Amino acid sequence: MFKILQTQQLAPGIKRFVIDAPRIARKHLAGQFVILRVYEQGERIPLTIESSDVARGTISIAVQSVGKTTHLLTALEAGDSILDVVGPLGKPSEIAKFGTVVVMGGGVGTAEARPTAAALKAAANHVISIIGARHRDLVIFEDEMRAACDEVFVMTDDGSYGEKGFVTDKLRQLIERGTKIDLVLAVGPIPMMKAVADLTRTVGIRTIVSLNPIMIDGTGMCGGCRVLVNNESKFACVDGPEFDAHEVNFDVLVQRNSMYREEEKLEMNQFESEGDSLLERIRTGELQPCAIPGETK
Amino acid sequence: MKAPALPSANPLALRDRMKIQRQHMPEQSPEDRKTNFHEVNLGFSAELARQEALRCLECEKETCMTNCPVGVDVREFVRLIVAGDFAGAAAVVRKDNVLPAITGRVCPQEDHCEGNCVLRKKGESLGIGYLERFVADYEEQMGIRHLPTAEPTGKKVAIVGSGPAGLSAAGDLIQKGHKVRVFEALHELGGVLVYGIPEFRLPKHIIREQLDYLRDMGVEFETNVVVGRTVTIDELMNEEGYDAVFVATGAGSPQFMKIPGEHVIGVYSANEFLTRINLMHAYEFPRYDQPLIDFRGKDVAVIGGGNTALDAIRSALRLGARKAYVIYRRSEAEMPARAEEVKHAKQEGIEFQWLTAPIEFLADGKGWLNAMRCVRMELGEPDSSGRRRPVPISGSEFEIPIAVAVLAIGTSANPIIQSTTPGLMTDKRGYISADEKLQRTSRKGVFAGGDIVTGSATVILAMGAGRRAGKSIHDYLTTGEW
Repeated sequence: MFKILQTQQLAPGIKRFVIDAPRIARKHLAGQFVILRVYEQGERIPLTIESSDVARGTISIAVQSVGKTTHLLTALEAGDSILDVVGPLGKPSEIAKFGTVVVMGGGVGTAEARPTAAALKAAANHVISIIGARHRDLVIFEDEMRAACDEVFVMTDDGSYGEKGFVTDKLRQLIERGTKIDLVLAVGPIPMMKAVADLTRTVGIRTIVSLNPIMIDGTGMCGGCRVLVNNESKFACVDGPEFDAHEVNFDVLVQRNSMYREEEKLEMNQFESEGDSLLERIRTGELQPCAIPGETK
Repeated sequence: MKAPALPSANPLALRDRMKIQRQHMPEQSPEDRKTNFHEVNLGFSAELARQEALRCLECEKETCMTNCPVGVDVREFVRLIVAGDFAGAAAVVRKDNVLPAITGRVCPQEDHCEGNCVLRKKGESLGIGYLERFVADYEEQMGIRHLPTAEPTGKKVAIVGSGPAGLSAAGDLIQKGHKVRVFEALHELGGVLVYGIPEFRLPKHIIREQLDYLRDMGVEFETNVVVGRTVTIDELMNEEGYDAVFVATGAGSPQFMKIPGEHVIGVYSANEFLTRINLMHAYEFPRYDQPLIDFRGKDVAVIGGGNTALDAIRSALRLGARKAYVIYRRSEAEMPARAEEVKHAKQEGIEFQWLTAPIEFLADGKGWLNAMRCVRMELGEPDSSGRRRPVPISGSEFEIPIAVAVLAIGTSANPIIQSTTPGLMTDKRGYISADEKLQRTSRKGVFAGGDIVTGSATVILAMGAGRRAGKSIHDYLTTGEW
């Protein structure tokens, strides 16, 4: 059991958790993730580590409620526990002196990109960050990014805060203005990362993306997270999660991430009607592994 | 040295023993079992067990024991069954095998004890596996525990991986008085026993009971630790005070075929498919959250001819698949699967397409698998494995309409430990190099065994490696000599 020590609502539907996980905190490097399982009947999902504190023995994650598991997770509060947390998994971000690096965060991806931005800054890069969200309420980690980077641009789809437009609009503007960019790191929704890749490919700027395929074990054992990179199968959990954006086949990633859409809908509907009692049963420890398997569906 | 054989308890003359037919294992009927995940074999009653044990010829030269990887004293435990001393029989098995209820279910006995049984030459071998299962289940039912009595040595051993190799070593080392802690990457203990082997062949409660036994013996377990990531081997030895480490992480990474269409939706690795079902209970979706493609009414093919392939296709059938094919590139004779599993699969209506290999997975307009292009094979000259190499027959290509394909074509070395442990030598395939008898690696105090050394093998071979490691670690810890 991994105790939640602290929570913070970052934006509507996005919550930050500080979790007691001393082993993971000690080993965490920017770019790595954990896999967690909230309760006995729960699924395993990967989430990028947003920060760690070795002295306190804690890690933090930022979670956006999308499906059943993330809705359940964001309903948890300080004092609750998460049944299983394993990590840190994946290769850490490549940190070196590149020169000028643009770190792009879309939605909750901003929280996930922050540790890498900070590490790049510490490695004497000039770090420009472009963070984006649909609406001003959903802009997160702006202060943290300002603390970590040399320059920060905020973009909103509807122009309710910062500049109106997508993060790629700002990147294009920087490129057109002649800013010499040595590396771009993009973390966010797949369409955003694909758009960034398409843009930088045309101008030949090396670009790294952090991929988020469906994953189970996270140790290279199942192959479920395979992604097509340079026309070769790679396992995001051990070969990634970061890859050269210009080599990633995003269409395959989108397709594979959609394969359980029907099941996810069903689970979400079930959660909407039974979520409160589920939460109650998790808190009272009533949900236990069953020794006898059920019949097939 | 082995103690001299005790007097026979068998009242029958040898010729009368040979007149008894091998007792049939009671099992769920094929019609029933293909719709559920309950265990196929139901186990012997005491009467059936005794009747089977009476068949033992008690050969002076115990051929049944010559190639048991863990060295179970077969003749003695069978003798005790005949004598009606089931607890004594269980104790004899347990001296050499800390997971008897598991090996009694999944060990390929025909390749080991039963394969060498003299009775086999005259008909059917003694049902040694069934008898082992019987005494193990009896022991559990009676709540019998033999707890270690050795004085604590003050030495600490870390075992990486809670699969058969790791558990076997843990069981042996704890009995020598060492402190033993097993680290497991997943949230549940058992390794391949729990994520790989389906409920209908090895129920989860059996694994949990065997683990509870080890826990009662004093073995400590820690889940959610990926050694190499969460903590390194060097940290275990230098900072956490372990005197020796046994790496038993299993083979790990599933292989793909590198043919077109492997990314279409509906193509699974056997590891993923079985992990979803076994570890994550996807067959109980939506009571459990981890989803799986809905198999009901769909045609499914598994590619491969080993136990994993059969576990996968028989699981698919139980999930409601309409047609279930096994596609194997060699012929039936070369299939590495256990004979009993092949028999069970045939009874359940699995269709075998031998001498066939896929060359492409085809998708519909939405990216979902709808057919597999295959080619027929013929057997050519023997390859490096000694088996005749399958060669495609040109012009024999054809399509099989399927909605799901599961690849069970083997695994390759998982690199996490190797890449995070400086000085740990590997072979050219990436598996950890370890001495065949002592299981020592190139790093002092670090031992390795099981699939991470040999590549995919069987539960019992991994347990054999675990036993050798246990002995070798004990010798190292007591003498300090490397």
